[in-house]
Amino acid sequence: MAEDQGNGLPSALRRRLLMGLAGLPAMALMPRTSFAAAPATAAVNTTGLAVTDTEVTVGVLHSLTGTMAISETGAQQAEKLAISQINDAGGVLGRKIKIVQEDGASDWPTFAEKAKKLLVNDHCAAVMGCWTSASRKAVLPVFEQYNGLLYYPTFYEGLEQSKNVFYTGQEATQQILASLDWIHKEKGAKTFFFIGSDYIWPRTSNKIARKHVENVLKGTVVGEEYFPLGHTQFNSVINKLKLKKPDVIFTDVVGGSNVAFYKQLKAAGIDLSKQLLLTISVTEDEIDGIGGDNIAGAYSCMKYFQSLKNPNNEKFVAAFHKMWGDKTVIGDVTQAAYLGPFLWKMAVEKAGSFDVDKVVAASPGLEFKEAPEGYVRIDPNHHLWSKTRVAKALPNGQFEVVYESPELIKPDPFPKGYQ
Amino acid sequence: MFGDYSLTDLSSIFVMQGFAGLILFSVYTLMALGLAIIFGQMGVINMAHGEFMILGAYVTYLCSGFFQTHLPALFPAYFFVAMALAFVASGALGMLVEWALIRHLYKRPLDTLLATWGLSLILQQTYRTVFGAREVGVELPSWLIGSVQVTDSIEIPINGMFVMAITTLITLGVALLMYRSRFGAQVRAVVQNRPMAGAVGIDTEKVDRLTFGLGCGIAGIAGSAFTMVGSTGPTSGQLYIVDTFLIVVFGGAASLLGTIASAFSISQTQSTLEFFLSGSTAKVITLLAVVGILMLRPQGLFTLKVRR
Repeated sequence: MAEDQGNGLPSALRRRLLMGLAGLPAMALMPRTSFAAAPATAAVNTTGLAVTDTEVTVGVLHSLTGTMAISETGAQQAEKLAISQINDAGGVLGRKIKIVQEDGASDWPTFAEKAKKLLVNDHCAAVMGCWTSASRKAVLPVFEQYNGLLYYPTFYEGLEQSKNVFYTGQEATQQILASLDWIHKEKGAKTFFFIGSDYIWPRTSNKIARKHVENVLKGTVVGEEYFPLGHTQFNSVINKLKLKKPDVIFTDVVGGSNVAFYKQLKAAGIDLSKQLLLTISVTEDEIDGIGGDNIAGAYSCMKYFQSLKNPNNEKFVAAFHKMWGDKTVIGDVTQAAYLGPFLWKMAVEKAGSFDVDKVVAASPGLEFKEAPEGYVRIDPNHHLWSKTRVAKALPNGQFEVVYESPELIKPDPFPKGYQ
Repeated sequence: MFGDYSLTDLSSIFVMQGFAGLILFSVYTLMALGLAIIFGQMGVINMAHGEFMILGAYVTYLCSGFFQTHLPALFPAYFFVAMALAFVASGALGMLVEWALIRHLYKRPLDTLLATWGLSLILQQTYRTVFGAREVGVELPSWLIGSVQVTDSIEIPINGMFVMAITTLITLGVALLMYRSRFGAQVRAVVQNRPMAGAVGIDTEKVDRLTFGLGCGIAGIAGSAFTMVGSTGPTSGQLYIVDTFLIVVFGGAASLLGTIASAFSISQTQSTLEFFLSGSTAKVITLLAVVGILMLRPQGLFTLKVRR
């Protein structure tokens, strides 16, 4: 199979190389200024990507239909905003970004198929996309086979690192450890009760959290419960919470279950201003569905909250509201998705090329100071250095940041001692 | 496992756990009633049942918005209006669907499965286009929020008791309608022998349409009530559909009493197991038990005596 493709490529490659070579003498003759404004296509694109003298094609691959459309809407809105801002500022290497959008339809094989279409038919120079780990795992072999470039925005369980992917959200240790330390130190929490949806992300995250609670904080985990995705009745586990009286309820319940859980917790008389609750699965997006009153008082740990006070974020929120309406809320993943196009642009400009290998090589160490969450930096392991923040949910659906890690936290997708 | 707790703790937990089971029982019964009528009485496999429920939930959402902006004084009572409107909206949509789609498929029951599955996808996408892909939050009147403090350690959620009351009323209403009214007699006559029912002057098409509409309307009420305990989004209906079918099939398709008994046994098993084991394990064991019993009693718990 690989041999066949190997045989198919050279003629196209040779033609492009020849075109590139043919362009070289002409480039030497060109005035220096025009060269700086937009380097010749043949020079910046040696691998047959969809780059012309004026345009470069970038793919956006999220679910617009199906269950995940709830979550992925914000991400693709942020990516489009970032791309339009880049275009307004002159584009990438003098080329405007043209978006090709595909719908993953909340279905993992569809994600893989669409990823292949974006790489093979559209020759996208980069793809911003995916939300769930399942969709990322589905497209990963496609990106590796066709040497594509994916910017993945969601906070996730870690345990992955691909040459062809940049992870702009936090991996589990970045998100969890600092906030557990905080709740232990500030609130004196010793006993924890874990409640999660039953799939890889909550199970891996809770495993990391349990190791940290038991080995580092010397606390105890008094319960660990998982519910099938879509579970809507939590009265029994709420009774168990009343019986065990943990210092902290630590939750990673997702989707429709999330809404049901907080509504029933509130109805059962558990007052979140007295009972500590720390969640890693609730952003402003989720609160829309849960209702601010039902979750007010809970603590959420993320790297970004819409209410962050800094000039970058104020600009970002204003621009986002201008493009997508005043009522749209901005969650953690939305912000992480916004970073993708900028990180790609910076890497391309540093490499002076759209070629995937060169862009990947240029990425480690890149700093993005205008990020709404504040300064971020790309680690050689393709994840971002970022701060972790803990914030308290307010009845109006926004968060009030109560803690921010003093330093950037190093991404550690394969944490030793936590597996 | 009880060693660490005091006797009062334990007894109050047992009381609360009992209520948790009863609340789950009401939720299951309310979910399954509409389907029990449609599937049980008409033999139509309605895969879009969840979407009819969510229509009710969206009607409630619209109502809460309307009352907040235009009639804030009546807001505490809006939930009753919302439930009535949810019944009308879902029922009307149900009758429309019966007229346009289902009536052409009565002789091909398995095809209704595909047709209504398609319908559920169409409805989901419609909700997404109209209300947005994100879940919406439904504001509740304050008297429905919180819990009643019975003793120091016993607290019963108010919305749970509200669901129980609604379920009791609707179940009684349906039972009266099916077994004590002229309409109910007609429905049962059509179910048992359609040509004969037609021959004695019953308008079978009209009865079919009203029955389907009634089932969908009750789904709408259920959806409206569930805005208190669950989520309201384009795909939230999918959360309920499996449990709903499980209850109706386990209860024995053509029996209202069977549906109630099955909702009771499944909810009690589920909530007790959830307390002693964990959520996913409880679900697995419940499903295994249901499968096991259905292997021994393929007709479900309660069966009508049928001539073979």
